[in-house]
Amino acid sequence: MIHLTIDGRSIEVEKGTTILQAARSAGIKIPTLCYLEDVLPDGSCRICVVEILSSRGRKSLDTACTAMCNEGDVVETMSEAVVDARRKTLDLLLSDHNNDCFACRANGDCKFQDLCVEYGVEKTSYPGEKNQSVIDDSNKFFTYDPSKCILCHRCVNTCHEIVGRGAIDTMNRGFQSVIGAPFDTNWGESSCESCGNCVQACPTGALTMKRRKKYRVNQIEKKVLTTCPHCATGCQYYLIVKDGKIVDTEAANGPSNRGLLCVKGRSGSFDFVDHPDRIKWPLIKNKETGEFERATWDEALDLVASKFMEIKKNYGPDALAGFACSRSPNEDIYMVQKMVRTCFGTNSTDNCARVCHSASVAGLAMTLGSGAMTNPIGDITQNADLIMLVGSNPEEAHPVVGMQIRKAVKRGAKLIVVDPRDIGLAKKADVHLKLKPGTNVAFANGIMHVIIEEGLQDEAFIAERTEGYEKLKEIVKEYTPEKVGEICHIDPEDLRKAAIMYAKADRAPIIYCLGVTEHSTGTEGVMSMSNMAMMVGKLGREGCGVNPLRGQNNVQGACDMGAQPTDFPGYQKIMVPDENGELVPNEPMFQKFEKAWGVKLNRKPGTHATDCFPKMISGELKGLYIYGEDPVVTDPDTSHVIKALEKVDFFVLQELFMTETAQYADVILPGMSYTEKEGTFSNTERRVQRVRKAVDLNALHPDYDIRLDTDILVDLMNRMGYPQPPVTSADIMDEIASLTPSFAGISHARLDSEEVNGQGLQWPCTSKDHPGTPIMHVGKFVRGKGWFYPAEYVPSAELPDDDYPIILMTGRILYHYTTRAMTGRTPELMEIEGKSFIEMNIVDADKLGIANGDKVRVSSRRGSIESTARVGTKVSPGETWMPFHFPDGNANWLTNAALDKYARIPEYKVCAIKVEKA
Amino acid sequence: MLDRTYYDQADEIVKRYGKNERFLIPIMQDIQEVYRYIPGELLTYVAEQIGVTRARAFSVATFYENFSFQPKGKFVIKVCDGTACHVRKSIPVKEEIMKILGLTEENNTTADMLFTIETVSCLGACGLAPTMMVNEDVHPNMTPQKADELIEKLKGGEEA
Repeated sequence: MIHLTIDGRSIEVEKGTTILQAARSAGIKIPTLCYLEDVLPDGSCRICVVEILSSRGRKSLDTACTAMCNEGDVVETMSEAVVDARRKTLDLLLSDHNNDCFACRANGDCKFQDLCVEYGVEKTSYPGEKNQSVIDDSNKFFTYDPSKCILCHRCVNTCHEIVGRGAIDTMNRGFQSVIGAPFDTNWGESSCESCGNCVQACPTGALTMKRRKKYRVNQIEKKVLTTCPHCATGCQYYLIVKDGKIVDTEAANGPSNRGLLCVKGRSGSFDFVDHPDRIKWPLIKNKETGEFERATWDEALDLVASKFMEIKKNYGPDALAGFACSRSPNEDIYMVQKMVRTCFGTNSTDNCARVCHSASVAGLAMTLGSGAMTNPIGDITQNADLIMLVGSNPEEAHPVVGMQIRKAVKRGAKLIVVDPRDIGLAKKADVHLKLKPGTNVAFANGIMHVIIEEGLQDEAFIAERTEGYEKLKEIVKEYTPEKVGEICHIDPEDLRKAAIMYAKADRAPIIYCLGVTEHSTGTEGVMSMSNMAMMVGKLGREGCGVNPLRGQNNVQGACDMGAQPTDFPGYQKIMVPDENGELVPNEPMFQKFEKAWGVKLNRKPGTHATDCFPKMISGELKGLYIYGEDPVVTDPDTSHVIKALEKVDFFVLQELFMTETAQYADVILPGMSYTEKEGTFSNTERRVQRVRKAVDLNALHPDYDIRLDTDILVDLMNRMGYPQPPVTSADIMDEIASLTPSFAGISHARLDSEEVNGQGLQWPCTSKDHPGTPIMHVGKFVRGKGWFYPAEYVPSAELPDDDYPIILMTGRILYHYTTRAMTGRTPELMEIEGKSFIEMNIVDADKLGIANGDKVRVSSRRGSIESTARVGTKVSPGETWMPFHFPDGNANWLTNAALDKYARIPEYKVCAIKVEKA
Repeated sequence: MLDRTYYDQADEIVKRYGKNERFLIPIMQDIQEVYRYIPGELLTYVAEQIGVTRARAFSVATFYENFSFQPKGKFVIKVCDGTACHVRKSIPVKEEIMKILGLTEENNTTADMLFTIETVSCLGACGLAPTMMVNEDVHPNMTPQKADELIEKLKGGEEA
């Protein structure tokens, strides 16, 4: 340890601590402009200068961010010499600074301005030439004004070292220095992802959000800390409210986002809130005209309740089903499944995890005992020696996780990418297995074959903590790298290399996403992931695990809350095996819920959402309640979904917008967005975090008549004869805690408490003093022993043939979220990416006479759409890829509703198509 | 779009050093030696090869006066305007060359791609002031007249 004195206070620090770190740890404030935490100091702004008297009697001025503490140093942070030096620095910075603060968006929110005021620097003593570089206004969301830039490089260091994009840098030298994009292009044309983290890092008005034009800092009415509504990373941020409207966002230092946001979170998460397209009052479809007409809440709710009760009476409770929304808070989802179970009297409740990660929930529950990410995001990015990324493109689908993976790679972590496409991270990978879509099980079996061949399996872990190894060992014996190379279209040597790297790394998480789950063998693909991790003992410890990146903000929560036909909240099973292994109703569980809810419950497992559509067509399912889903856009085989919705007798939709699905509803009940209510979201790492109310649209627009979603559900429940007293969101969480052991320690009050300190709580959190569980399966699997599932490779349900010779995969892009109901209402995002496209390989395109940018007709056995070709080598020959966000050419007209046998997840990632020049 | 030979050349240069970001500067120097400038597309290409972002590569290239993204003439004339050369009248030498070649500060390469004129701060040959270099050759004690003759000679050499 090193001992020194700062401003007369004795301080003890570790060797290698800078004076700035030492001072901050002691609560002594030293001003900084260029300093960025967690990044090597830039040392360029010179503002943190302090006076150091060394033990040898040498006195010097040095920057506190770069100077290391030495034994016996006596440091003065505000001596006359220090103040004088800082004043001169500010004076010099001001000499080349456009100090027209009046017209500056950062006026009042500028660290440079604050320091000039503090040190009494009103104008420069060095008037002269100023840099004349031009303003770059080309980015859709922010502006760079070099005349206000102090070249502190916080933006550059943020972009390179923290975000890991490296789109901008300091160009030229000396007086001509300017921050910019390469080759004198502008920011808008560069590789910039518009995440805006550089803007938040800027201490002056050089980089400012364009939204700043609409408000001044002192006009901010409040900043509401909440959770981002897009992907399941669970980024924490503030909604900035002025005059009752959200005008901007600001990243908060949450546990999963660490002060970062992506373009969707920062710029595409609130324009939809107060958008004229919102449904403003209840609507009932006039059967004769087919038009929706305004109704009162009483009319709408009475109609809904009476219709559902009529269907129940005539056809039985299982003729009804209700889906919850994976974008809504836990409390809302809990109430949907409670309504379906207590009022409809059926277990046919589900959520859109059915079409994204139900395979993870089912698969990992079977092999490990819990279907969720085993380790936290921070752990698998900061503590990993190697990351195995399978079927996941986090740079686009989970951008803030992607940023942290890029940072991990920069730090020196190895990266194995298993993906059919040249995704951005593939370029940074040590090994990229560009495998054929739908061959994950073969790939995993090949990896395990090599591990066993090389003797790299963890025998002790296998013996102590797992079962079923011998059977799997027999299976993988057949999967030689050569055989797998043929199935997967990869080089056997690359497979060997990847297997050995993964097995030999001490800390190596598997991170996967929909490339693993969205197959007719999705659950087996998931179980293959846990097989690999168990074989090398990489579970239940830091920097390891099997980690599905969940899709939507609260899709983890939707599963946790029991919006599943097979589970009560907290994965408490409806059916359990008896002594003969036969599945029978879980009586003690039913009794617990019957006691709490005061009604007799249906013992029959419900129908999965994806099985509901065929049942609507066959007439078995007659009444459907959907809270915030848009299956016409999101579910496979669109014409089949439309046919089902047209056939069903009575269809109610609780929604924000007139979605494609809404056209088919009989009644539409307008709910509220995440900005208008209290609640919680559970992110992908099982972290329950708060959602807080920021605005009230009814107050802003006196003609609006929208209602809190939980109030709508409570009213409906009462109208259907179930005595549900009025409840707040916090009350609902208390009820959840009382019935769900893994949530027993969670309440709104605790989440808001100093104890939790904005870090959320990761379930299982079994009591009020339980700290939550960052890493699962430590010492013992939730299941007891981990099970090696004996998975054999089975080809995809629909393979290319002469008529439809090309494989189509579908997926997401950075700038939009699923149906674009939210991101599509931010015009700038639509300007960046607003149209459907299909990625093709140049070999196929040449054969078909298609050039980059050509209009093409894409057809499968189920439908045909038009799109625009993007020709290159991102996908392999014989393969194509399309996003499903865009209504002009939604890929789901083409996709195949072939379902996985365990999770009933559809095969979005592989179907056979043909492409022609349009 | 550059033709294939450029990329083959770049591959060979990268191979000389290895795919590591620390070799960015020597690789840029070698490219410039071959082409007398750095073609932008080629910098993008080698940057990706060695794991450097385009922005960082361009930042490094623009930091050093010596790297150029503009194609240069066959003869690059560097007139020294360090203190010693300046006081011994380097500027009239430079102006004379610019006049006879029809060049300006902005447009400093002849259309026939024969000559490029640049000013440098100091060649470190103050004893020979005013001095200038044509490619690797040093020309000491210059006068406008000597410059005239030199240019004619270089042109002649080219024609012959």
